[in-house]
Amino acid sequence: MMNGAPFALQAKTSVISLGAADLDRGVESSGAPLVRLQWRPVGDGSPEVAWSLAQLVGDAGNADCLGSRIDRANAEVLERILTAQPVWVDVAAHASEIWPDMGRTLLHAGPPIAWNDMCGPMKGAVVGAILYENWAATPDEAEQLAASGGIRFAPCHEFGAVGPMTGIVSPSMPLFVVENKTTGNRAYAPMMESGGAKTLRFGAFAAEVIEGLKLIENVLAPCLKAAVAGIDGGLPLKPLMSQSLHMGDDVHNRNTAATLLLYRAVTEALLKSSISRDVVHETLRTIGADDMFFLSLSMAACKATMDAAHGVPFSSIVTAMARNGVNVGIRVSGLDGQWFVGPADIPIGLFLPGFSEADANPDIGDSAITETAGLGAFAMAAAPAMVQFVGGTPQDALRYSREMAHVTVGRNPGFTLPMLDFIGAPVGIDIRKVVDESMRPVINTATAHKEPGKGIIGAGVVQAPMKCFVDAVGALATIAAR
Amino acid sequence: MAIQSSIRANLYKDSVSLMRISQVTVARTGVQRVTLLMGTRSNKEFLQQAGLMNPALEGAKPGDIMIVVADDAPEKLAAAEREIHSLIVGEEPKGGAGEPAAEAPPRSISGGVAIADHADLALISVPGPYAAAEALKALRQGLNVLLFSDNVPIEQEQAIKRVAAQKGLLVMGPDCGTAIINGVPLGFANVVRRGVIGLVGASGTGLQEVMCQVHRHGQGISQAIGTGSHDVSSEVGGITMLQGLELLAADPQTKVVAIVSKPPARDVQKHVIERAIAIGKPVVICFLGGEPAASAGNIHRTSSLEETARQAVALAGARQPGSDDQAIEQLATRICAALAPSQRYLRGLYSGGTFCSEAQTIWQAAGIRARSNAPLAAADRLADVEESHGHTAIDLGSDEFTVGRPHPMIDYGVRIERLLKEADDPTVACIVLDVVLGHGSHPNPAEILAPAVRRAKAAARAQGREVPVICFVCGTDSDPQPVGTQKAMLVEAGAEIVGSSTGAALAAQAIASRMAADDSGTGRRAMQGGER
Repeated sequence: MMNGAPFALQAKTSVISLGAADLDRGVESSGAPLVRLQWRPVGDGSPEVAWSLAQLVGDAGNADCLGSRIDRANAEVLERILTAQPVWVDVAAHASEIWPDMGRTLLHAGPPIAWNDMCGPMKGAVVGAILYENWAATPDEAEQLAASGGIRFAPCHEFGAVGPMTGIVSPSMPLFVVENKTTGNRAYAPMMESGGAKTLRFGAFAAEVIEGLKLIENVLAPCLKAAVAGIDGGLPLKPLMSQSLHMGDDVHNRNTAATLLLYRAVTEALLKSSISRDVVHETLRTIGADDMFFLSLSMAACKATMDAAHGVPFSSIVTAMARNGVNVGIRVSGLDGQWFVGPADIPIGLFLPGFSEADANPDIGDSAITETAGLGAFAMAAAPAMVQFVGGTPQDALRYSREMAHVTVGRNPGFTLPMLDFIGAPVGIDIRKVVDESMRPVINTATAHKEPGKGIIGAGVVQAPMKCFVDAVGALATIAAR
Repeated sequence: MAIQSSIRANLYKDSVSLMRISQVTVARTGVQRVTLLMGTRSNKEFLQQAGLMNPALEGAKPGDIMIVVADDAPEKLAAAEREIHSLIVGEEPKGGAGEPAAEAPPRSISGGVAIADHADLALISVPGPYAAAEALKALRQGLNVLLFSDNVPIEQEQAIKRVAAQKGLLVMGPDCGTAIINGVPLGFANVVRRGVIGLVGASGTGLQEVMCQVHRHGQGISQAIGTGSHDVSSEVGGITMLQGLELLAADPQTKVVAIVSKPPARDVQKHVIERAIAIGKPVVICFLGGEPAASAGNIHRTSSLEETARQAVALAGARQPGSDDQAIEQLATRICAALAPSQRYLRGLYSGGTFCSEAQTIWQAAGIRARSNAPLAAADRLADVEESHGHTAIDLGSDEFTVGRPHPMIDYGVRIERLLKEADDPTVACIVLDVVLGHGSHPNPAEILAPAVRRAKAAARAQGREVPVICFVCGTDSDPQPVGTQKAMLVEAGAEIVGSSTGAALAAQAIASRMAADDSGTGRRAMQGGER
């Protein structure tokens, strides 16, 4: 029955205790090593989930057990994340170039959602995109078209794309193209519109918003396409993002440094090109006016990285966290083709004067792909200036980065955190750890007004709902049990 | 009564912490009732039954604290609730502004393993529905497990014990109260000297008593391995008990092995005895309440805890321990001299379940039928656990007395109430109490119990009766509550102290037999008188 020596009586006893502290008194008095856990029921507190989760734990002494297979799959996934080389290679003049049979499809942020269920800003952005595409002449007609089923809606994520806030991508929109040179897969993101509140990504659809989109299509996109063509081999994004972390960015909610570095790279390329001075000026003015301009490229870089890590059987690593303003959805590498969703929270943080939590839309946007790839809030230690958003101290920034190491499988030596002695940022969210530690991943985010077109009203942090991770653990346990 | 309820979301605290917060709140605010429970299904049912459930609590999750305060004076409720919230927060680790944020304690087994010094054992006492999951995680990470928790589904117990056996690891429990591994006391455990006697047992207080008796007789314990109460069922098959025997067989410290258990299922019993015969060391086997069996070869069968300890000590070769028999006889004679003829019945009020069944076994062997909430035979089950009937032995540690309350080894309140009630009964000949010392138990039980014994005896005396209270103390001179001091305080209060659980049951039996004999003697004399 037993294998080998009587293990229990050979080693020096060293205890981990969970539950009632009174039962530790004997251990304490004996002087044996003792670690007390701050235990609480895992995940959502259901005993069934706790038992499922325990089936998924790896065992160094048993390579065949389910948990060990998951651990091996995760090691493969981590390797893919760490070796990714996202490079900005192109600008597609129109989304329809990439997906020729797109037809009347609008891509949106987050997990799948029907028109009727969309939040205010997303509905506004849909109307704006329909007007921009000339599929309808007035906002009312646009709404009727959307409500009549005349538009196909799909998540950006299912098309290899990511979109900030409402994340609406329509066939005519230009897209950044980022290629993962290691694996050859490409990811796409729309360009950030300047104009603050009056932007499609916050659900505005007034005439000047449509004008702004046209400017991007007709001026910015061709210019940036020429710029990137002028950079030999494209612009490697990982070194640029790494450098930005050392300059105080988290490359999610703070992109000030990264945008400057992009500006530097683009300026030289444009000045070498034959593009007219006015167009170059207009382009540089747009980039220079928006500290967040780089976010699209950061998101696309992360998407190109995480898509390469998706689809490894048995892996429990999260490859996307995305929000549609109603629900948060996650995708898991070993659970291809499924979204695990839970209700989105209102971000906790600061509101611009005149706004309050009552005005806030629940969490929205695909930009949490940065946290999924180990940036954003996971790299908050690099961006102490950011914590003012959440009314915290620089110590809180360090705490976020430290805590997220409890729910991840590794660290990224490519993205180091100076304030934590240059340790790599935690990366590779493991659904098992999120549930086991009862610790939800933290996301840095902007807060949108719940009414269309009123724009940003604050910023803060939000946590992905536990339900996503609990459901995913259940699904992994079920699949693996087969 | 006005009732106010609320939820503190997303903060798990164990029931002990919650009860402390309740106590402190009642003490500080004078509010009549404070109930703090985690939002589990069973806790909600409990509130429902107690009439304290209300719609505000329906959304509570198992990781949320349900807060209910009640008082005749509604103005007290808000203050009580404030106090509760500040006590809840007060226990959280503080991280002042400007200071480095303290690293929070680990939440998970893997978090614990990461910072521990080569952890090799997990001591798990979380609620039963979650306990096996934690145990499985511990096993996967190479830890042995002591599972104090009860109410673990049987198929989960089977699953974790299978994994443990494959890995050569031990799962002590579920429902394992005590163990000593490599000299480290775990759970409820007495401080005993180290020695050559290795124990393996399915009953917690039984193990504690045997180790204390071994200590009293001058020997010591090499290892004490608890199996938990379900291990010897045919569903589990005695996996841990068989593993324990194997471990003790291979342990060079262990010269003599003793097994203490309720009678295992027939097939399990067969395996255990076969394994015991094969291990090449003397084995003392006490299947308490089982059918008497003859000793043979290296197997020594005993039928009480005291006999088990004495036999093991004798086999260890130290010396033949002296016997308490004479002292017990003298005690019974002295007690009976002071009793009225109406005082015929025994009342055992036990905090240790094994003591309750040992007493019934001893009494039954002497022809004394006792009722119990944990009877040897179903026919002897008490109709109402609150009302004794004839000879009665109560296990106050069983579920019907412990839901929402600490165990009677920690909280003597329920037992003291019952002691006073029994003392008031003119048919009671003697009351037997166990006092369990050691880690995990009440820090100074005699301080609570002695005044209660005094009150009980005084109340009976006021009605013209003596009520003998026989106590035995399961503890050692090295325990945090030294046994000598505890006994002295109880003697001072008028309790009679007997040296072991077995001795106390025998003394009670002697008293009952004498009173019954006197009674029939009186009857005979009366009849003879009539004939005259």
